[in-house]
Amino acid sequence: MRLKTLLTGAALALGLAASAVAQDKTKVGFVFVGPVGDGGWTYEHNQGRLALEEELGDKVETVYVESVPEGPDAERVMTQMALDGADLIFTTSFGYMDPTINVAAKFPNVKFEHATGYKRADNVSTYSARFYEGRAIQGLIAGSMTKSNIIGYIGSYPIPEVIRGINSAFIHARKVNPDVQFKIVWAYTWFDPAKEADAAKVLIEQGADVVLQHTDSTAPQAAAQEAGNVITFGQASDMSQYAPMPRVSSIIDNWAPYYIERTKAVMDGTWTSTDTWNGIGKGMVGIGEITDAVPEDVKAEALALKESIASGEYHPFTGPLNKQDGSAWLADGETADDGTLAGMNFYVEGIEGDIPQ
Amino acid sequence: MDLSAINPVLLIAALMSAATPILLAAIGELVVERAGVLNLGVEGMMIVGAICGFAVAVETGSPLLGFAGAAVGGALLSLLFAFLTQVTLANQVASGLALTLFGLGLSSLLGQGYVGIKPPRLGDLDLGPLADIPVIGPILFSHDLILYLGLALVAAVWAVLKFTRAGLILRAVGENHDAAHALGYKVVRIRTLAILFGGACAGLGGAYISLIRVPQWTEGMTAGVGWIALALVVFASWKPWRVLLGAYLFGGITQLQLNLQGAGVAIPVEYLAMSPYIITILVLVILSADKSAAPGSLGRSFHASH
Repeated sequence: MRLKTLLTGAALALGLAASAVAQDKTKVGFVFVGPVGDGGWTYEHNQGRLALEEELGDKVETVYVESVPEGPDAERVMTQMALDGADLIFTTSFGYMDPTINVAAKFPNVKFEHATGYKRADNVSTYSARFYEGRAIQGLIAGSMTKSNIIGYIGSYPIPEVIRGINSAFIHARKVNPDVQFKIVWAYTWFDPAKEADAAKVLIEQGADVVLQHTDSTAPQAAAQEAGNVITFGQASDMSQYAPMPRVSSIIDNWAPYYIERTKAVMDGTWTSTDTWNGIGKGMVGIGEITDAVPEDVKAEALALKESIASGEYHPFTGPLNKQDGSAWLADGETADDGTLAGMNFYVEGIEGDIPQ
Repeated sequence: MDLSAINPVLLIAALMSAATPILLAAIGELVVERAGVLNLGVEGMMIVGAICGFAVAVETGSPLLGFAGAAVGGALLSLLFAFLTQVTLANQVASGLALTLFGLGLSSLLGQGYVGIKPPRLGDLDLGPLADIPVIGPILFSHDLILYLGLALVAAVWAVLKFTRAGLILRAVGENHDAAHALGYKVVRIRTLAILFGGACAGLGGAYISLIRVPQWTEGMTAGVGWIALALVVFASWKPWRVLLGAYLFGGITQLQLNLQGAGVAIPVEYLAMSPYIITILVLVILSADKSAAPGSLGRSFHASH
């Protein structure tokens, strides 16, 4: 992997040297944490980059570096991009937060956008997506489809983003099926196909006929396919190669509209530092096609839920809701505020087990 | 907590499958080390085997040809190591580490066109009525060909090392290459063959991950299995059956901790996640009471004129 980083670095340096001539174009840089072929997180960011090129054509030029480790290397890559005349740089992993802030301080005229972080500056914006809105829809389908009433969930790390997803899926599974139980297995990795496959197999052996995942590979899909009567959902990217069974729907990260909007803002000089947390409504979270494996009425219900979330009429965390220990959290009709959601570190009532601390 | 959710029969069947990649890579490395060569490039050979096997299986539609391709791919990469350490007398530790880094880069290059493709499946062997025997059937008679090949390899390596002239020569080369040379044995040739065997086994182990356990191709998918295999050879004090024991122990505890999590056992997850490593270290300490030492010439370069 390190060798590849070096090679890409060298290739980038060459590419930048060759392209330094055309300066009338707006230059947009992307720093990626994984390979663009990972099929999940980085793949979708790169799709956003390609869509940006398609939309703005000759007026924009994009550069990217993949598999950049979250550390001093990231700072070097960003600095190089800024020195080579990038007008706007997207840094697409949580671990790039401090490097982004550091480099941004050195280049006040370059705009930076950091994905999933919370530190901002005059020339640094942050952006993320409300994946929990998609989880609500998955939860509804999962709760309606399960026959064993056991839903397996492969978690990556016990961080607020993942816990939020578990709670959201659980609340909406329970709404349509009060007998639903969640079995949660922590894999302690974002990406380890063999381990994800094992985790899915274990959950299936223990009776789960629906497997939800918050890890990035398609290994759980392959395991579910082998088991035959288990359904899964695509994560980050559509994973439609496993449709219509076992993958019955998916949550898709769709960064393209945001990338296009922000690049246009740089072009016409209206860019300001903002904090964006968009969901289904703004199209940042997409719901992959719900396949025919899902009964018509469940599909209609899921689409209705999607509509009401998109229009802002319904919030996935709406009271009455209690925390796992039975203490009251949200009163009837009350919705959770973004601060609580961003730092969520508790299960809602009904989920068994403890969050690893 | 619901321990009844754990089915011990399925658990044992699953651990055999989970342990096979480690087992294959480790039994190959055991032969390499018994010949006196330390090849730290197991991880690199595995990942190259994983992509070679995957590519051949996809292109030909035959998983068995895929495994053959994986063995060839792993062996070809190990040939580079053999050239460096046996011909140019390069440092074995550094060459092995370089081989791993090279293998990781090479595999992601080779794998560019194979992301998101489903390989042809190698089904479980049909052993007829044997598979229907309760308990024993699912554990012993419901697996794929390569898993049995792994077990057969352990038995074969043990038998060859213990009972045959070839095994005796191999061990002699590993214990004292100068003495073996004085007796007229071709040290470099024997070691090169051992390295090729190790590479082929590591390649098979890698392909077991990309073709059977996962099955798909993704960069870096061996995720450290090669390093565990290396540790396992030391753990087993260079004895074949202990390699089998160690691989099953490690695979079993990995599976068990996932099962315990699923069953909601109230042990903090972190302890469960580290348990395979802790138990491996513990057993290592216990087994080290056995004073069988490493092969005498392990890691030393040989040249006839020295």
